[in-house]
Amino acid sequence: MNTPTLFGLCAAALVGFGLYGLIIHPQPLRKILAFNLIGSGVFLLFGAIARRGAAVGMGGDPVPQALLITGIVVAFSATALAVALVLRLFDEAGSVTLASDASAKAQADLPDA
Amino acid sequence: MPHSLSTQDVTTPGGLLLVLAVLVPFVGVLAGMVLGSRSAQRVALAILATGLAIAIAIADALVRSGDAVVYILGGWTPPLGIALRADGLAVIMLLAVAVVISGIGVYARADFGTPQGVREARAPLMFWLLLLAVWGSLNLVFVSGDLFTLYVALELLTFAGVPLVSLSGQPETLRSALRYLLYALFGSVLYLLGAVLLYGAYGTLDIMLLAVRVHPEPVTWAAAALMTVGLLAKTALFPLHLWLPPAHAGAPAAASAVLSGLVIKGSWFLAVRLWLDVFAGVVTLPSAQTLATLGAAAILVGNIVALRQVRLKLLIAYSTVAQIGYLFLMFPLAAGLAAAQLDSATAVNGGLLQAISHATAKAAMFMAAGLIYTTLGHDRIADLRGAARALPMTLVAFALGGASLIGLPPSGGFLAKWLLVSAAIMTAQWWWALVMFVGGLLTSAYVFIVVVRAMAPAPEGWTPKACVPYYQQVAVLALALCSFLLGMAVFCPVDVAQIGRAVVPGIGWP
Repeated sequence: MNTPTLFGLCAAALVGFGLYGLIIHPQPLRKILAFNLIGSGVFLLFGAIARRGAAVGMGGDPVPQALLITGIVVAFSATALAVALVLRLFDEAGSVTLASDASAKAQADLPDA
Repeated sequence: MPHSLSTQDVTTPGGLLLVLAVLVPFVGVLAGMVLGSRSAQRVALAILATGLAIAIAIADALVRSGDAVVYILGGWTPPLGIALRADGLAVIMLLAVAVVISGIGVYARADFGTPQGVREARAPLMFWLLLLAVWGSLNLVFVSGDLFTLYVALELLTFAGVPLVSLSGQPETLRSALRYLLYALFGSVLYLLGAVLLYGAYGTLDIMLLAVRVHPEPVTWAAAALMTVGLLAKTALFPLHLWLPPAHAGAPAAASAVLSGLVIKGSWFLAVRLWLDVFAGVVTLPSAQTLATLGAAAILVGNIVALRQVRLKLLIAYSTVAQIGYLFLMFPLAAGLAAAQLDSATAVNGGLLQAISHATAKAAMFMAAGLIYTTLGHDRIADLRGAARALPMTLVAFALGGASLIGLPPSGGFLAKWLLVSAAIMTAQWWWALVMFVGGLLTSAYVFIVVVRAMAPAPEGWTPKACVPYYQQVAVLALALCSFLLGMAVFCPVDVAQIGRAVVPGIGWP
């Protein structure tokens, strides 16, 4: 097994763990972390692809590296926005659940709103 | 192989307009941020007028040249550089979004004006900045010719759309904003994974180059599946629609109009791009049927749940869930027409018209609901008595928007459904026509319930809680009329439809 394949498999594992975490964890903060895990997997995969696609005598294909930096910035902003929402929600509501009973309660409350 | 794909590597006349269409709204965002709340509104309204003019100029350039408008950024041609391209589909979406955003901007002047004596208010400032940001991102989605640029555009659209949900800062709206953001992030990371796989397999992210290079193999199928599922989560197609109703119903009326009418169309448009342009030779009829089956389920579930709502805004939000379903019926119809060696333009135009007529109608209906809420102080459907008396023009607008959703002639919804039904019959897929008829019946049920309740006379001595400005009612009616008269497109000089066709087959099915 050569190095890019190994990294590609690691990336696939990261994406899998992240997806699992995103789906089963009810807490928003864990979901955000899981999203970051998937993101890391995708970036690692992109890095592996850059290594594999490198021309002779070059360390790597430069295009994925340029895109990776943008991708990391976007993922960082997404995380910042999500964490800001979680903090604000905690300030306003005193808890941070997305639970469906909370949404059902919100639905029931809305007619009085 | 899509033979007519000419990889245009030169900037066409008017190409710079595409850059302006993306850049001008974002310049407005920055200027508004620096100048502060009161000026932000003025800046936004000025940008709305400028942007509308730019969209019209792009349409003019398209009609004149009879070919897609292209701009090569920095003179670097794909695959190394990035191209902006606007074909018929993109230009029509650009125009429709410009018109709807302008209508919403006029309406929002009353709701998001900075109060007298206050230097800066948070919600109005944010609303105007985010409105412009949504617009810029949507324009970028329409004109991008590169999968990674499209990813960035989609993320920008999400970042601009999510805070619109929670403008009021209430805990429930924050919760729905967070749920929306998590769904959207899930969708975009899957999309990015698909794009990365495509780059790994074919060494380019340019849509036109990919269309030539892709061939049916496992990595392409995996990429197509990942990207499609990601986009479905962002478009809120059943069963990934759970985030939509609370988010769209909880936002202020003008923001709901933006989210429901426009934001979801961004990811839908990208799905159309992928399926029609990039994966034309890869996707199979059964996969398109699966997509439309989800759409049919969305139509039935969304409409039935809408019928059971007690609040007007939630009803309209569930109606959006149903209308999204229609947008996905075009895929097997276009595939079927292409497989039968017929022009797939019927199905594609039907889907496009459905998107535009829904954008205008749904924006009008959400804003009408906002006016009704202001006037009555609530939006319980059982208790709408007197609304028609206080707001005759608004109720007419609501009914016209509803007629377009139902598909009554001469509305845009009618023409869209007509095209889709005829495509369904041409390709012997009658069951989609059946779904559309049942959906129309259910839609008419809830539109009539609302209109009839609102027509009931007000109790003795009832007075409106608040008076709404005349121009708000005019803006709502104008958008509803746009949607209702969109069906007239069929009588327009053949040119309009032909431009779409002249350009669409070039990028369409082989």
